[in-house]
Amino acid sequence: MSGAAGAAGSFGEFVARAHRAGRLVVQPRMGMSRPQDMRAGLVATKRAAATTVGTITVDSYTRMGDHTAARAAVAAKASLNGYPIATHDADVTRAVLEGVAGPDFPVQVRHGSPSPESIFAALIEAGLHATEGGPVSYCLPYSRAPLADSIRNWTRACELLVQVRNTDAEPHLETFGGCMMGQLCPPSLLIALSVLECLFFRQHGIRSVSLSYAQQTSPDQDAEAVLALRRLAAEWLPDMDYHVVIYAYMGVYPRTPDGALGLLAEAARLAVRTSASRLIVKTVSEAHRIPSVADNTNALETAAAVAAAERRVLVPVPVQDTGIYAEARALMYAVLGLGEDIGRALRQAFQLGYLDIPYCLHPDNARQTRSYIDEAGRLLWSNTGAMPLHRIVRPTTRGELTASGLLAALSYVERKYDGISIKDSAVSQIPAAEGGTDAAGELKGAY
Amino acid sequence: MRVPPHDVQPRPCGGSAQRRAPGQDNLLLARPLSHPVRRGLPVVVTSVPSDSHNWNLVFLQLVLEELGHQVANLGPCVPDGLLIAECLRLRPALVVVSTVNGHGFFDGMRLIRRFRARQELAAIPVVIGGKLGIDGSGGEWNRRQMLSAGFDAVYEDGAASMVAFRSYVGRLTASVNTSVDG
Repeated sequence: MSGAAGAAGSFGEFVARAHRAGRLVVQPRMGMSRPQDMRAGLVATKRAAATTVGTITVDSYTRMGDHTAARAAVAAKASLNGYPIATHDADVTRAVLEGVAGPDFPVQVRHGSPSPESIFAALIEAGLHATEGGPVSYCLPYSRAPLADSIRNWTRACELLVQVRNTDAEPHLETFGGCMMGQLCPPSLLIALSVLECLFFRQHGIRSVSLSYAQQTSPDQDAEAVLALRRLAAEWLPDMDYHVVIYAYMGVYPRTPDGALGLLAEAARLAVRTSASRLIVKTVSEAHRIPSVADNTNALETAAAVAAAERRVLVPVPVQDTGIYAEARALMYAVLGLGEDIGRALRQAFQLGYLDIPYCLHPDNARQTRSYIDEAGRLLWSNTGAMPLHRIVRPTTRGELTASGLLAALSYVERKYDGISIKDSAVSQIPAAEGGTDAAGELKGAY
Repeated sequence: MRVPPHDVQPRPCGGSAQRRAPGQDNLLLARPLSHPVRRGLPVVVTSVPSDSHNWNLVFLQLVLEELGHQVANLGPCVPDGLLIAECLRLRPALVVVSTVNGHGFFDGMRLIRRFRARQELAAIPVVIGGKLGIDGSGGEWNRRQMLSAGFDAVYEDGAASMVAFRSYVGRLTASVNTSVDG
């Protein structure tokens, strides 16, 4: 935590206060289409036995900018997969928040849009001032919008959000850069993107940010990555209010309750061990269905309890430096060396392949890089493409990636936490569980 | 898990051979003739406009490449118009639509009607699979709707569907190659 504190009542200031008091802030993913359900979800989050912040996740029609479809769904009282914040009247959203959101319970709007201006306008009109995403992290994985368009849209959205300061609130923006693709993106690229997107936010007037990092395959590697992220943030964002937010694993999630809770507990321990301030939780039903409010409350309370227990027994253990910081720094220097306009530099970096997200099929991604999981469970590069890492990383040639090898890597964490021996499991089969997280759904639904 | 449509046969091979664009003959004939069934086909892998999922498409590309085919992967969120334009340009021997966001029935029906409306694309085999939202009651009716609208095979999710899909691709490859050899 460093730099200027935000105005009283801001998202950043709430998290900073909890951090100083030794409490991890926990946060659910949550978005309901009906206003009364959305309010009930926020109330339950606030009442959980944990230090919480609220979440309003918008639906995918609104995310894609298809407001006509969102309006039609609301008019037909159809159920959407999130809260259509740009469709409901601002008065409706203010009523959802009335007496719930406030300085003691900030609410963040989550969306996933490469053209977020209308979402930002709607949340501002409803009196909110915290949201998340980024010009790269909400363009490449979730759309085929040209990166140049996303950068232009995010520039305008930042400028819109900055105007909230006229109402005495300090707007807060979290980068999703540390979560790219959910899984199989090596840590150095995640943390470089996290810092680069925050630098983009700063260039467009934002002063309070959070840097994300999604739990990957190895607790030790994750700890090294988050400490490297904090080091880079201290170097590059000294004049900002910032904190680190950890995401519980975003890939194929364990199916057993023990496995799911074990993975969440590992994420909570990672947050405490690396002095991160906030944790986005996952629930025991993640692999099976959209989590209920009760699922979320349980996850929030479990994570908070594990974090408190971990803090009591915490002994600082030096983390081995395997080069994550040096890799991330090299990526950042290469991008920032392309020019002072960070949006333009990001666009050029993808054109040149200096940034190249493994397995991401977006037309603006170079698609030359590859990753793998080694015997120790660490997520490493097998091909660094044109990224400026040749002097730091010596990619291990693992042969050509096979379909079954990809499935094995994607389900590595699930199998580990569900207690199945990796060698014994049949990795050539598509996981057959019903429902699931995005990645699980993609896998089993591939065909 | 629904039983895959074994009754659905690949489209007539003659049509496939006639459809091939200049240049693709070279691609096919460059392969050793002693292994006719191993000869690769140009395949387009795609999703539907509302679906932003990525890993299913990466997986299918690898599966098809391991079977020896040449894959053009259009990625997620593909507008119908872009898919049609790419297929007019590439003239693939097979189009594989994968979607897992549960809107596959509606998106797929719209897509295949537009696709089949183009005379140049009328005979290209198109299959769809994933979480299509047709697994509940009425699923069989929906599946038949999709087949009669122009899909050559429909796969609701599950490992058995993957086996059926590989088998379909094998039969298609053999029939195209037989046609080329003949």
